[in-house]
Amino acid sequence: MQLARVIGCVVATVKNDSLEGRKLLVVQSLNADLKPQGQPLVALDAIGAGVGELVFWCRGKEASFPFRREDTPTDCTIIGIVDSDAHVSKGRGGR
Amino acid sequence: MIIARILGTVVSTQKDERLKGSKLLLVRPLNLDGSDGSGYVVAVDTVGAGYHERVLVVAGSSARLAEGQKDKPVDAAIVGVIDTVDFVND
Amino acid sequence: MILARVVGNVVATQKNERYASARVMLCQPVTPSGEETGATLLALDSVDAGVGDTVLIVQEGWGASTAATGEQGAAIDSAIIGVVDRVDLLEEDTAKRKR
Repeated sequence: MQLARVIGCVVATVKNDSLEGRKLLVVQSLNADLKPQGQPLVALDAIGAGVGELVFWCRGKEASFPFRREDTPTDCTIIGIVDSDAHVSKGRGGR
Repeated sequence: MIIARILGTVVSTQKDERLKGSKLLLVRPLNLDGSDGSGYVVAVDTVGAGYHERVLVVAGSSARLAEGQKDKPVDAAIVGVIDTVDFVND
Repeated sequence: MILARVVGNVVATQKNERYASARVMLCQPVTPSGEETGATLLALDSVDAGVGDTVLIVQEGWGASTAATGEQGAAIDSAIIGVVDRVDLLEEDTAKRKR
């Protein structure tokens, strides 16, 4: 799982039937200092996230587990919204 | 999932039986600004995507969860045709 | 899936019994236009591919295992699932390549 910032959304009218009604967001993964790392990805939203929010996402087949897992083709799903940037703490001082 | 554009098609006669009738497309990952990324992948088409379209590609075992791909040996599937991508640039 | 050229095969008498009868092929990934790219890899053959063939390789456990051994759960991550007859590229790419 990785921290990421939601930086956009994707609109696709023609899509696999099993993705009907799902929201697609563009996420940029972040490191522990909340600096971008790696390339942006398209993620399926399972939690109701919006553009600008700090979230975390899950990769792999497990990404389909929040949905009807046998038939949701996703390899990247947003599964949590971080309360705020200040709620990410690094090092021994962490909560 | 990644955003990609269609580069071409792959034709294969001698293949796993479960892939009979599947359309295989060559796609190249794109950066958010629409420029070409690096590399390419062969993906099975599940939505009837056409040339010059930007598509959504799902990779790994999740590709098999796409409609019509159950129990097929695929690791990448085109699951959507992209209309627009909006993003904040900062 | 990726495209690769079969560059050889590997004989291993002693290997996991789940794929004791499978052929292990040495493959070089190639770009759509046929140039070599990236590191060579091993893949189990499921379609009678031969050296020199351009092939389609699936790199996912379940698909690879069922294709090459007929059942799931074998410890492999890559299998050859097709012999490529032809790759058709869009005109713009063909033009780019010729330049």
